[in-house]
Amino acid sequence: MKYIDDIKVQKRMNSRVLKNDIVKQLFLAATLFGLVVLAVLLIRVITEGAAWIDWNFLTGKLSTAAERAGIMGAILGTSWLMLIVVPVTLFIGVGTAIYLELYAKKGKFQSFIATNISNLAGVPSIVYGLLGLTIFVRAMDFGNVVMAGGLTLSLLVLPIVIVAAQEAIRAVPQHLSEASYGMGATKWQTVKNIVLPAALPGILTGSILALSRAIGETAPLTVLGIPALLIPFPEGLFDTFTALPMQIYYWTLDSSLVEEYAYLAAATIIVLLVLLFLLNSIAIFIRNKFQQRY
Amino acid sequence: MSPLTKTKKVKVDIKSETSTTKNNEVVYDTKDLNLWYGETHALKDVNLSIHEKEVTAIIGPSGCGKSTYIKTLNRMVELVPSVRTTGVITYKGKNILDKSLKVEDLRTHVGMVFQKPNPFPKSIYENIAYGPKIHGIRNKKVLDEIVEKSLRGASIWDEVKDRLNENAYGLSGGQQQRLCIARCLAIEPNVILMDEPTSALDPKSTLRIEELVQELKKEYSIIIVTHNMQQAARISDKTAFFLNGEVVEYDDTNNIFTNPEDSRTEDYISGRFG
Amino acid sequence: MNKKNAVNVREMIAEKKKKRNFSNLTEKMIPTILIIIASISILTTVGIIYTLLAESIEFFRRVPIWEFFTGTVLKPLSQTPEFGVLPLIMGTVISSIIAMLVAGPIGLMSAIYLSEYASDKVRRTIKPLLEILAGIPTIVYGFFAFTFVTPLIRSVFPEVGATNILSPGIVMGVMIIPMIASLSEDAMNSVPNAMREGALALGATKLETTFRVVIPAALSGIISSFVLGISRAIGETMIVTIASGSSKNFTFDITQSMQTMTAYIVEVSGGDAPAGSTIYYSLYAVALTLFVFTLIMNLLARYISRRFREEY
Repeated sequence: MKYIDDIKVQKRMNSRVLKNDIVKQLFLAATLFGLVVLAVLLIRVITEGAAWIDWNFLTGKLSTAAERAGIMGAILGTSWLMLIVVPVTLFIGVGTAIYLELYAKKGKFQSFIATNISNLAGVPSIVYGLLGLTIFVRAMDFGNVVMAGGLTLSLLVLPIVIVAAQEAIRAVPQHLSEASYGMGATKWQTVKNIVLPAALPGILTGSILALSRAIGETAPLTVLGIPALLIPFPEGLFDTFTALPMQIYYWTLDSSLVEEYAYLAAATIIVLLVLLFLLNSIAIFIRNKFQQRY
Repeated sequence: MSPLTKTKKVKVDIKSETSTTKNNEVVYDTKDLNLWYGETHALKDVNLSIHEKEVTAIIGPSGCGKSTYIKTLNRMVELVPSVRTTGVITYKGKNILDKSLKVEDLRTHVGMVFQKPNPFPKSIYENIAYGPKIHGIRNKKVLDEIVEKSLRGASIWDEVKDRLNENAYGLSGGQQQRLCIARCLAIEPNVILMDEPTSALDPKSTLRIEELVQELKKEYSIIIVTHNMQQAARISDKTAFFLNGEVVEYDDTNNIFTNPEDSRTEDYISGRFG
Repeated sequence: MNKKNAVNVREMIAEKKKKRNFSNLTEKMIPTILIIIASISILTTVGIIYTLLAESIEFFRRVPIWEFFTGTVLKPLSQTPEFGVLPLIMGTVISSIIAMLVAGPIGLMSAIYLSEYASDKVRRTIKPLLEILAGIPTIVYGFFAFTFVTPLIRSVFPEVGATNILSPGIVMGVMIIPMIASLSEDAMNSVPNAMREGALALGATKLETTFRVVIPAALSGIISSFVLGISRAIGETMIVTIASGSSKNFTFDITQSMQTMTAYIVEVSGGDAPAGSTIYYSLYAVALTLFVFTLIMNLLARYISRRFREEY
């Protein structure tokens, strides 16, 4: 007596296998969907903007006349922001990571800080904008200058840098620091001379990725009241400024008034994406070139 | 020649209460050492006197506490949190388990070579100069001299003298381990602790390290943990056999391998467990 | 080893040690300095909560908290201003639902494909491309929604407004796909192969194995990736600000402009809300609501992935 009827099983088998094959194609299509949208987005931006990129556009001043408008001010503003974000996040991020990974005793305080950092990573960027507005722009009375923008963006991407630095430090093999301690080195000597140099590629990679997140951020800057007006180029940390994403924002909004502004926005997006692409290439280069195999 | 022939021992029934060789001065004296990792009692009432300018081998099955013991001698064991010790270890008369002792001082007198070659990801030169540098020696000429002397001391100078500025990871495993020994010599320690220094190496490199140990013993006291009994028999003057955190037997190497007192030692060296 | 050499390292070290008081001091200071640095992240949290609470309290002195959370009319600039937050919550919820309707199924299907079907080579090509999608600034998505997706929708359904909640919702979904795909794939990857093999050996197809074995085992990770996706959608600002306009409609009509909490903050802070005015304080009350929404989502995601994590 057989419980399983071979013929029935065989019949069902065909449809089961067919279903598997069909659904597999569906899953593939879903995976490709995102990539297709990416392609459409890039093509769209390039076809609209590429023709507008020329030397005058890159080096010129902002203008209400579309054909004379340039984005040098925004490029400078974004550069100034990077000049703040990089050192501030590296210093605080690496310091925090060293503390959490190498100094803090496993306990309540350490896990409190760690939980806090992962919560901060989930706070919407616009809330950081309000924090920056309240603390840096108003309470410290910086105004809507490079310093306020830079510090706000630094706080925003700090969790990324901390987590990346923690991972990089954790990846340094224990036996290297043991060797250093074995020579009579103190803890800080070991951290400074052995652990940090070995973790540096990982730290830099993470910090560049955080930087590329920071320079694409728009929402916090809108809250800080960063203008996109005919302002002079920023020359220092306490000058007002505009940045590439702000420029894109205003031109996109106003494209319903002046059609050419959409093309200017697209052209600026190309500049921003190229910048991000360069940063990411540097990060990948560092990761591949300097990653030590122990 | 082969130590195995020695272990197929002639049963001599003389109790070797009195050791035959004349003892050098004591460098490490361990009294009633107990050590816990959290709840685990890893070392139990260890008593050992280790003598200067000798090679002392520590043998025993894995998990017997031999590595823990050697790491207690330069207090590296404290890198594991929740370690607790009682008892006394004196190094040249000073109790090193005393909390007021600066471990960094101790470790400049006691060098360590690890199981896996662990050069720093720096140049060969920087690897050797690391120790002197952290202790404040910056003079380039002096450093050059130290580097050459240490590399010669670890008999690796001829192999690396033309590529001192290359990354140490370009060296073979055996060379890396001799580099680590040289790194350790650079701060002129009195004692060198070796924690299974050849376990990651091929037989040829192992032999070179063993020859080196014989050479080094003229100037340094060497304590070597090994799971390789032949190695202990070949290179050591004294051997301690650890089992379950206790010292079962400690004697001249010859006696241990030819005429062990304790049946457990005998079982171990004749390969009945391990 | 010629010991008669001029260099005596031991003596030199001993000599240098006397001068090392300075470095001893550094050694003692370092832990304190590091704690101070590490506290900056705590200060940030405190700063956020304090700012939001302090200013919101002032707001609730002027507008009763009940009115704020049940009011369906938001007219901050009117002669007789009304501050009901429900239109904003509606906008936020609707746009997030649309986004998740796009990102949920597509992200999950991508995860299944990458984890269960794709060859190693395909996976290694597609994953970095999806990462690019995740790395594109949201302002670029906003531009895309406003200048491409909206006109596209309007060419098919002319009744859709020039600003509407549908288009940014869809684009936000696209933005969230990589996040859900990658987190869900991680969860499915951590299901041990032995479990798959058990099912496959019984003659199950890959599809059956995936739905009967892999997905149930990875469910907590998948759900938590969805929750994180929702949180991301709630907090997203630029796409909705640009493409959904600023009508504070309390409606279910997705073809029309609706404002989200985030877009309201951009509008009010970017406009001229004089410090001290009720409309200025309303910023913080809305931001506090937003903050609480996302915080709950993030905590929920972490709770799910911890609480229901299968131990293999």
